[in-house]
Amino acid sequence: MENKFIVSPSPHIHGGDSISKNMYGVLIALIPAFLVSLYFFGVGALVVTLTSVIACVLFEYLIQKFLYKKQPTIGDGSAILTGLLLAFNLPSNLPVWIIVIGALAAIGIGKMSFGGLGNNIFNPALVGRVFLLISFPAQMTTWPVPGNFPLTYTDAETGATVLAGLKQHAGDLPSYADLLIGNMGGSIGEVGAIALLLGLVFMLVRKIITWHIPVSIIGTVAIFTGIMYLIDPVTYANPLIHILSGGLLLGAIFMATDYVSSPMSTNGMLIYGVGIGVITTVIRLFGAYPEGMSFAILIMNALTPLINTYVKPKHFGGK
Amino acid sequence: MLKTFRIGGIHPPENKLSAGKHIAALDAPKQVIIPLSQHIGAPAQALVKKGDMVKVGTLIAKAGGFVSSNIHSSVSGKVNKIDSALDASGYRKPAVYIDVEGDEWEEGIDRSATIVRTCNLSAKEITDKIAASGIVGLGGATFPTQVKLVPPPGSKAEVLIINGVECEPYLTSDHSLMLEKGEEILIGVTLLMKAANVSKAIIGIENNKPDAIDYLKKLAKEFNGISIEPLKVQYPQGGEKQLIDAIIRKQVKSGALPISVGAIVQNVGTAFAVYEAIQKNKPLIERVVTITGKGVSNPANFRVRIGTSIQTLIEAAGGIPENTGKIIGGGPMMGKALISAEVPVTKGSSGVLILSKEESVRKPVYDCIRCSKCVQACPMGLNPSLLMNATEFTEWGLAEKNYITDCIECGSCSYTCPANRPLLDHIRLGKNKVMGIVRARKQ
Repeated sequence: MENKFIVSPSPHIHGGDSISKNMYGVLIALIPAFLVSLYFFGVGALVVTLTSVIACVLFEYLIQKFLYKKQPTIGDGSAILTGLLLAFNLPSNLPVWIIVIGALAAIGIGKMSFGGLGNNIFNPALVGRVFLLISFPAQMTTWPVPGNFPLTYTDAETGATVLAGLKQHAGDLPSYADLLIGNMGGSIGEVGAIALLLGLVFMLVRKIITWHIPVSIIGTVAIFTGIMYLIDPVTYANPLIHILSGGLLLGAIFMATDYVSSPMSTNGMLIYGVGIGVITTVIRLFGAYPEGMSFAILIMNALTPLINTYVKPKHFGGK
Repeated sequence: MLKTFRIGGIHPPENKLSAGKHIAALDAPKQVIIPLSQHIGAPAQALVKKGDMVKVGTLIAKAGGFVSSNIHSSVSGKVNKIDSALDASGYRKPAVYIDVEGDEWEEGIDRSATIVRTCNLSAKEITDKIAASGIVGLGGATFPTQVKLVPPPGSKAEVLIINGVECEPYLTSDHSLMLEKGEEILIGVTLLMKAANVSKAIIGIENNKPDAIDYLKKLAKEFNGISIEPLKVQYPQGGEKQLIDAIIRKQVKSGALPISVGAIVQNVGTAFAVYEAIQKNKPLIERVVTITGKGVSNPANFRVRIGTSIQTLIEAAGGIPENTGKIIGGGPMMGKALISAEVPVTKGSSGVLILSKEESVRKPVYDCIRCSKCVQACPMGLNPSLLMNATEFTEWGLAEKNYITDCIECGSCSYTCPANRPLLDHIRLGKNKVMGIVRARKQ
C-alpha cells in the first residue's frame, strides 16, 4: 500500500495566533472605555461610534472589492478597529457627514492607498482624525460637557477640555477622581483613565502588545512635565494632570501601539515611545495646540522605518 | 527562579503523550537498511560487499574523513546489496541492505545488565574508542562525538554541559532514557569528562520532567563533579547556544563554537552510548525512538536497531492511523516530513510523530502586519520578518548583514506568526544562499 503524505518544511505546528485574534483582542480591551463614554456622552457617543465603524468597514469593503478587485478581508477586524479608534478621537457631537469624511480619509488615504493592512506607514485612525482637525477646526474642538447618559447629540451643551483650559489659563481643573473615571470634556474614548488602563492590562496579559511603548510614552511625559512643574508650578500643570487628561492614555495604549506603524525591536519601541512623549509635551506646553498626541504619534510613525533600519533587536552573543 | 536562555523563546503545547512509557525493545526486523551518511560530515565508506556475512556490531563502513563516523551492523545476517535508499531527508543515498539471519553478536560485546563503573582508560583511549564505536550526537544534530571532545589548539574546555532538555514537543526518548538508564548516563558523563579533561559537568533538564530531575539528582551524589540544573520550560532550550546561555550565562558569539566560552555540549543519549561503547564494548547499533501523535493508539518509546524501517515502528505502536496527513522524523518544530514510512531509523532519529490531516494543513498567508512577534520569539535575536523579505527580494547583502547565517532553524518565528507567514521556509533558503556566497568569497 502506497500512502501519500503531506511533505513540507518544519515547523509542522503553529501556535494558533492570528491577525483577527489580535484585532478582536484590542476591540475587547476598548470595551471599558466605550462604556465610560456611553455613560458620560450618551447618545452622541453611540451615534458617532457606530457611524465611524460602519463607514470604515464599508469603505474598506468597497475599496478592496472594486479597486483592489480582491476578496475583501473586513472579517479580520482591522477596519472595525480603525473605525472605533477614529470615533474615540472625535467629539461626541460631531455631525455624521464629517465622520464619514474622516472615515474615508482614515481608510482610503491612511490605509488602502498604501496597500492595506500591514503596508500603511501612518496610523489610519490618526490620519482620519488629523484630516478632520485641520479641515473642520471649529467642529473638532467643541466638546460636549459630560452628563449622565445624555440623550442629546449635535445639540449638546459644550465646554472646554482640561488641556484647553490649561492653555488659556482659565477654568477650574476637575478633581483627580473625575479625571480617573472620565467625568470631563474630551474626545469620546480619551476620558476614563481607569477604563483605558484596564484595557492596557488586558492586552499585556493576552500578550497582544508589550509594555515598552505605553510605558516609555507615559514615563517620558511624566518626567518632562515633572521637570517643568518643578521649575514653575504656576505656569505648568503637574505631571499627573498631564497623564490623566487629553488623549495621552488613549494614544499611548491604543494608538501608538498599532503594530504596523510602530518599530519592531524593543529598543526601537523605547526610542519611539520617548520620541512621542517628548513631542507631545513640547506641543502641549509650548505649541499652539492644547493637545499634541496625534501629531506626536504621526511624526514618530514617519520615523519608524528609520528606527527599524538603525535599531536592531539585541543579537545573541553581541555584535 | 529557574534558569533559561535570555533571548526569545516560545512555549508550544508539550504533548508528551509517551512520557513515562517504559522503553520496550523491538526485535530485529527481517531486513535493515543502514545508510552510510547518518551524521554530519563525509559519508562513511562501505567495507562490506554483497554476500558478506556480518554479525551484530561488525564494522561495515569506516569514517570517510575527519568529520565522519564509523558505522556498524545492527543485525546479524547477509549483505543483500549496497544501493541507494530513501532517507529522512527525502533524497536517495547509499546504504547497506542486510537480510537478517539469527541474532549473533560480535565477541567481546557485554550484553549483560550489570553496570560497570570503573574505567582505566586514558583520555586519548576513551576518545579513540568513541570514534571507533561510531558515536555521534544523538540529540539530532549527529555531529561526530570524538571531534567535539578534542578542542582546537589554543582553546580549553572548562565545563561539560549535558543536554537532557528534550524541548521538542511530543518527544520523550531522552526522558525515558534518563529514568531507566540514569546511572549508565552518569558513568557516560564521567567518561566524557575524562576524555575532554574537564572537572565539572552540568546536566540541564527542563522542569516538566521532575521525576528525571529528582532521580538524577539522587544518583549524582555518588559522582564527582556532576550537578543537575533544572531549567524553565522554554523552546528551543535544547539548542546548543541556548543551553549554554541558560546554564552558564555565556553567549557564544556569531560564528563561534561553544568551546570559545569553554563549554562542550553533549546529549544524554550520547552519554549513554558512550557508556555502552567504553564499558560494554558495544558500538552504536541501536537507539531509543519515540513513536507518538494524537492518532497513534499506543504512543511508545522503543529501543530499536539502526536501519529498522519506520513502518515497523509505527506498526508496533498500533499502525498508521486512518487520518494520517504527515509522518515526521523528529519533533514537530524541527523534524522532517517523510515522503514514505519506509525510511530507516538512523543514529539521529529521536522520534516519529504522526499528525492528522487537519493538523498537517497550513493556514492561508496574509501580509505581514509588523507585529514583531517573530522578533520577540527569535532565540538568536534576529528579525525574521526582515530576513524573509530580504530573501524574497534576493537582497543577499542585507540578509548577511542581519545575521541570516546565525539562524538555528528552530521555527519559533513561523510558529508565532499571526499572519501565518512561512518565515523559516524563506530564511532557510536565504541562509543556504548566503552561506554559499560566503564560502565562495573565502576561496
